[in-house]
Amino acid sequence: MVFLSGDPKAARPRARFLRVGTVPSWADLIAFLLLAAAAILIVRGAEDMGQSLAVLHTTPVTLDPARLPEYALRTTLRMFLALGASLFFTFTVATLAAKSRKAELVIVPALDILQSVPVLGFLTFTVTFFMGLFPGRQLGVECAAIFAIFTSQAWNMAFSFYQSLRSIPSDLDEVSRQFAFSPWRRFVRLELPFATPSLVWNVMMSMSGGWFFVVASEAITVGNTTVTLPGIGSWLSLAIARQDMKAVAIGVGAMAVVIVLYDQLVFRPIVAWADKFRFEQTASGERPGSWLYDLVRRTRWLRALAAPLTWPASVMAAVDWPAIPKARFAPPLGAGRILDAVWIALVVASGVAGAWVLWTFLSAHLVFADLLTAFGLGLATLARVAVLIALATVTWVPIGVWIGLRPAWAERLQPVAQFLAAFPANVMFPFAVAGIVAFHLSPDIWLSPLMVLGTQWYILFNVIAGASAIPGDLKEAAGIFGIRGWQWWRQVGIPGIFPYYVTGALTASGGSWNASIVAEAVTWGDKHLEAAGLGAFIAKATAAGDYARVALGVAVMSIFVIAFNRMLWRPMYRFAERRLRLA
Amino acid sequence: MTHITHVQDTRLVDVRNVRHLYGKASGANLLVLDDVDLTLCDNEIVGLLGRSGSGKSTLLRSIAGLIKPTSGQILFPPRAGQAPTTVSMVFQSFALFPWLTVLQNVEVGLEARRVKPDERRRRALAAIDLIGLDGFENAYPKELSGGMRQRVGLARALVVDPSVLLMDEPFSALDVLTAETLRTDLLDLWCEGRMPIKAILMVTHNIEEAVLMCDRILVFSSNPGRVVSTIKVDLPQPRNRLDPAFRALVEGIYVQMTQPGQARGGRQNEGLFPGTGVGMVLPRVSTNALAGLIEAVGGAPFDGKAHMPDLAKDLQYEADALFPIAETLQLLRFAELEGGELRLTPAARRYAEADVDARKRLFAQHLLAHVPLAGHIRRVLDERVSHRAPATRFRDELEDSMSPDYAEQTLKAVTNWARYAEAFAYDEGADLFTLDDPD
Repeated sequence: MVFLSGDPKAARPRARFLRVGTVPSWADLIAFLLLAAAAILIVRGAEDMGQSLAVLHTTPVTLDPARLPEYALRTTLRMFLALGASLFFTFTVATLAAKSRKAELVIVPALDILQSVPVLGFLTFTVTFFMGLFPGRQLGVECAAIFAIFTSQAWNMAFSFYQSLRSIPSDLDEVSRQFAFSPWRRFVRLELPFATPSLVWNVMMSMSGGWFFVVASEAITVGNTTVTLPGIGSWLSLAIARQDMKAVAIGVGAMAVVIVLYDQLVFRPIVAWADKFRFEQTASGERPGSWLYDLVRRTRWLRALAAPLTWPASVMAAVDWPAIPKARFAPPLGAGRILDAVWIALVVASGVAGAWVLWTFLSAHLVFADLLTAFGLGLATLARVAVLIALATVTWVPIGVWIGLRPAWAERLQPVAQFLAAFPANVMFPFAVAGIVAFHLSPDIWLSPLMVLGTQWYILFNVIAGASAIPGDLKEAAGIFGIRGWQWWRQVGIPGIFPYYVTGALTASGGSWNASIVAEAVTWGDKHLEAAGLGAFIAKATAAGDYARVALGVAVMSIFVIAFNRMLWRPMYRFAERRLRLA
Repeated sequence: MTHITHVQDTRLVDVRNVRHLYGKASGANLLVLDDVDLTLCDNEIVGLLGRSGSGKSTLLRSIAGLIKPTSGQILFPPRAGQAPTTVSMVFQSFALFPWLTVLQNVEVGLEARRVKPDERRRRALAAIDLIGLDGFENAYPKELSGGMRQRVGLARALVVDPSVLLMDEPFSALDVLTAETLRTDLLDLWCEGRMPIKAILMVTHNIEEAVLMCDRILVFSSNPGRVVSTIKVDLPQPRNRLDPAFRALVEGIYVQMTQPGQARGGRQNEGLFPGTGVGMVLPRVSTNALAGLIEAVGGAPFDGKAHMPDLAKDLQYEADALFPIAETLQLLRFAELEGGELRLTPAARRYAEADVDARKRLFAQHLLAHVPLAGHIRRVLDERVSHRAPATRFRDELEDSMSPDYAEQTLKAVTNWARYAEAFAYDEGADLFTLDDPD
């Protein structure tokens, strides 16, 4: 390490660029074909979306396997459009919350609540709204479906972005201030990169949740209006209506293929790429890998072709917004506090107004007994969620720990658990329903497991992650002192996985509440099964177009979920943070 | 305070009567800078030397424009025929963007100034070349060693052509050998005039580093931060650490930094730490370090009386790390610190010879008698029938006279000492002080 090295300029970036050869390789050709195909498919799907609503009636969804790829494409496209909307929401709203204390006062609690609200309940309201916005066009219904997915994705992304913005390292903040970064440059160079890793993780979680809703939102029945958008969700609901088990199986298979594809082609490369934004100064041992990412980085032509993908980034970095002269006025001392007070008064006033509107709306259509009914049904669903989470815990914690302690197994099974968590469990419902009908089982009990069918995997993969993160020296110490059996669990296993378990169980319980709306009332052909619960209450009200009951159901469920989070999961989380943090 | 008269034209930075208070607007303020004057002139390296909490970093950040001092002025006097003075900063923690390559990190300041890409690239490569980072252009910070990372920090600061380079403990996060290499390299560049800068202002707590690099050293007292003396270093570069003149300067600064009640007179313990009585901000010093220092000073070759520079060298401690331990001993009346010399009291000698239990008893006596907060907590616990008191009670009490961070640190320090002394117990889960022995 010599300071004044007289070396000739060795590896300069431009020189490196020139070394890129011009002879295409086989990988280049394949990659080119893949890219071209993807572009064409996206254009096709987008064209379809703009068509008139009448087309839906002339060419209804059919169970023709030849059309399944198109359906899959349109479903996927909806997902990504919703994701785009969620990202836009994240960048604007979360940034606003982080920059303005007044906005923060409203946005943060709102996000916290929206995270735990059963989004399926929103469907009713939004479909009507969007169909009114684009009368006679598919676009309206598409928007409603996309909005439904958006409502399942946006909140946790915005929340994570907000938290990242609030925890920007102080030295980097000082550097950007010292060099007088413009707000835009600060966003591009500091805030966005810093937030990327946790944002990517939250996007993946959101996508998993989104599949669940895309299935539920493509075939919507609100009161007398029934719309079926071409997509896997509609295929499945048609197959269910026709009791066509083979078609259901094909639909499920298509879903699996789509999920594997998007995971391999989109998320793996993104995760591998986002690794460079992780805020740590030391090189980490294990880097997330992706064959596609490596392929792109290795193949010459492909790198040149993928270069346009980085254009937005470089354009963003290069853009120089004209500096806006800040209107600096020094508010008199104490004015800030008065403004704050005014703002708080305004917020409280609108809160009161909102409560009044809600009250007049509900009281016009409902009686007090409805509220009691909703609460009673809420308790029934609460009991189901609690029992099921407990059962899932008892089942998956030992299995997860067993897997997590064996790195070879963990490496193979972790992706499987993540895939299962991403897989929309509602497409599996028909099989369960057929079974319940065939064996004449009680729906009140046997429909319940459907609620955790999709969400239990969050517990499993978090526990696996926790068990693999137990430090080697702790395991060795436990081995040397002969700690095993119950003592091992009490002093090593449970404390080690606890923070991870709480994260997983929190997600699982939130998801289960949401799933109850589709799991407590299911249909198989002309057979209709229903369990007594708040989910069934909301589902029934939605089908009947009874807005007041939907609103009541959603409100009551939100209260249950929030209370459950505040009274059980939060304290556990805080305890884990305080006492059980390794390192 | 020493004022040095300079020819008007060579002044780059003029700091006048700067005061800075930290804390809430109401009440609990901590005065970190009190009436500080400083002039930085052309062609000099000035060091701000002081202990942690002496406000030297605050002063540096005020000059960098990152903090607005509560009162006073920071001026960059216009100089005839010269561009206005600009500053740039090197950080202790390097503060590199981990997602940008070395080249991009260096370019970042130019980018913010809207320099055209071609020129940006050219200037960045020149700075990289100058600072000896050739070949690392496309590396990411996490691939570099600490020394290389700080070189990136230097290149990034230099590439924008500042007239003044501000450095905040630039070498203290590096190991001894790496730090020395970087210092020498920087001094070489400076002496050969190969950097565009006109002056360097650096913050350090390392006395030898200051004497090695600076033309002028401003020694800061702590609590509140004031300039207690200005020392001119006339030794020619390169300087030799073993040169008797060099040693004498280091020695002299040690003495200055250990003057009793540096800032004011009063009782021996007053002025040791910020605040008075129960509201004294205490450092988190482990009881093992305290016992270790007693044993080290009590044993050969010091035999109860040690010169701080020798002690620091012998124990391989930096002054900044050694001072809090020595001062805690002084607070506990186990030692006296005066004129750069640490002398053990008879109690400390008894402590050194005692067994574990006797040591704990002796420590408890001194703790309760001489650390007001410890005595206060113990009294409250004694008075209560339940012999328990919530820690928040004392935390709130402390926050009346200090910031929440300091209150937390102080309470943790006292809790730790009291646990060792078995003077009282603390239950973390319940956040409760008790007199119970653990079951």
